Amino acid sequence: MMNSKKHKIRWGFIMFFTPVALWLGLLIVIPHLDLLRMSFVRADYLGESGITLNHYKSFFTEPIYWLTFVRTAMYSIVVTFIVLLVSLPVSFYVTKVANLKMQGFLMVLLLLPFWVSELIRVYGWMILLRESGVINKFMLALGIWDKPIEMLYNDTVMIMGLVYTTILFMAVPIIGVMESLDDSYIEAAYDLGARKITIWQKIIIPHCMPGIMSGSIIVFMLVLGSYLTPNLMGGKNSLWFTQQIYNQFILYFNWNQGSAFGFMLLIMSSIIIWFALKITGQQLSKVVK
Amino acid sequence: MQIDLSVKEVEKRFGNFTAVDKVSFDVEDGKFFSILGPSGCGKTTLLRMIAGFYEPSGGRIEIRGQDMANVEPNKRPVNLVFQHLALFPMMDVKENIAFGLKRRGEKGPEVYKKVDNLLERVGLPDQGNKKISQLSGGQKQRVAIARCLILEPAVLLLDEPLGALDLKLREHMKVELKKLQVEVGTTFVYITHDQSEALVMSDKVAVMNQGRFEQVDTPQNLYGKPASSFVAQFVGDNNQFIGKLSKNEKGQFFVVTDDNNKYFIDSPCEVGEDERVEMYIRPEAMIINPSQGKDTLNRVKAGVKAILFDGGNSRLLVNPAGSAREMIVSLPQNRQFDHIKAGDSVEIGWDSASAACFRESGVKTYDEL
Repeated sequence: MMNSKKHKIRWGFIMFFTPVALWLGLLIVIPHLDLLRMSFVRADYLGESGITLNHYKSFFTEPIYWLTFVRTAMYSIVVTFIVLLVSLPVSFYVTKVANLKMQGFLMVLLLLPFWVSELIRVYGWMILLRESGVINKFMLALGIWDKPIEMLYNDTVMIMGLVYTTILFMAVPIIGVMESLDDSYIEAAYDLGARKITIWQKIIIPHCMPGIMSGSIIVFMLVLGSYLTPNLMGGKNSLWFTQQIYNQFILYFNWNQGSAFGFMLLIMSSIIIWFALKITGQQLSKVVK
Repeated sequence: MQIDLSVKEVEKRFGNFTAVDKVSFDVEDGKFFSILGPSGCGKTTLLRMIAGFYEPSGGRIEIRGQDMANVEPNKRPVNLVFQHLALFPMMDVKENIAFGLKRRGEKGPEVYKKVDNLLERVGLPDQGNKKISQLSGGQKQRVAIARCLILEPAVLLLDEPLGALDLKLREHMKVELKKLQVEVGTTFVYITHDQSEALVMSDKVAVMNQGRFEQVDTPQNLYGKPASSFVAQFVGDNNQFIGKLSKNEKGQFFVVTDDNNKYFIDSPCEVGEDERVEMYIRPEAMIINPSQGKDTLNRVKAGVKAILFDGGNSRLLVNPAGSAREMIVSLPQNRQFDHIKAGDSVEIGWDSASAACFRESGVKTYDEL
């Protein structure tokens, strides 16, 4: 009896584990192992010849590479903060201010733009903002501007685009945790003499911290690894690290260098997230729940 | 005596619905005042208006003589103990209690000295470093009260804080809360739907129904001299008889019930002759098999339907002869009535002075299925 029961459990486990193992193994582990191998291999037009650290070295010795990386990381952090600042009041409004019927409607409004691909959404912005775009035409027609202004292709508009394309991934986890915040905590703090800013500081944000952290990790990773938005909306000087990786793989056909960059991105982003978890005192296991 | 809280003609309307309908009352300094009513009677709305979470649609709320109109909850000298306590789970016990002081800008070791003092007073010494989740129900209760008391409010508002506790603890906390209130001397305004809580703890109780106060009185008067049919039904158990009031040639009033029993009654309130009335008699005012020769007693033969044994609160369920109406009669557990069984016939008697009588209103405290 015991044996057959044990068997059953094992079969169930295998049934669920196999797809996961295949997914992880085939799509993530094996390709990454090969990328890792490639990043250490010396290669030229004659073929592969021995092991080298040159690809990693060039990341640090060529300022354009690591500067681009620092720029990308810094902007990703800035974008994450802006997304957080926008998401908090939005989530508060959806969960605590709007009535139940309104809540569903607002959630649909939040989700709706994400049914369209990122590319289309970015083009939408371009139609609005470009020199011959909707806003320029409108302002010219009204006579407020006397000549068209190019609003695209700079860092500000790129950041705005990145905020726009990732806000859902912050708002949804925060709405999730904020829903579980009992209104009476907010009222109790208010009753005990707290001002609104203190209620945010002491009650709402600490309660939402797991959602904030998981949202921040998702947004940070998405922004760090995004390619379309910085490419289309950023200017010539708005270099993004993913472009460097793309260039190595596609333009220079230097897969080994590209692999090394890919790994640098993975390592550096992991370090930044680890650091962020440390300073906010959160645990990864709680955040991903 | 100083008046700590004065509510004058306060109203609250939500659309067409009037939740609180021109309620007025005063609470004196250091008193325990309860508002007792069924759910949906507007008591929570009233409490939230005093705390400042709702703006009254009309009327005035004064705390220690100061008008509270347009004063935000964080600026009012009242504090609220929430129904589910709302202790902040992200802070430990001492941070919870220190929360209010810190918001007033108090800093440093002084704050924690006060916290320790208060923890001792509420019987939780050295528990300051515990997490909220480590406390028992009764301890949480005390922390929630301490968190408010540290601000020395003019009035402490309590929103059914015992509701979530289990029975034994609730009985215990009732007594604890009363003792604590006497000790600290703070004015308490307590709302509940549990009449026993209100009667045990309060100096004065207001019975609230459909947004209005039916009666504001001491617990003894509420029970002994209910002012309305609703109060008679809601506070304690009662037997209801419906019939017509008449007067005989000797000037004695009596009620002829719809099932044709005739019961004498003293002082028929403001109800006139030949009017339809509701008459109430407490189960404990009824005597089983009364001795002969007391002519002020109403006597009725009744059949025992069931014995509702409940320890000291045991009762008989009986039918008066020729009637389908049920009555409950206190069954003292002094072994005198141990011989009574279901199906027996007994005589029930009560003094004509112990009945309360009101004009027929049809008010019900619950819907029968």
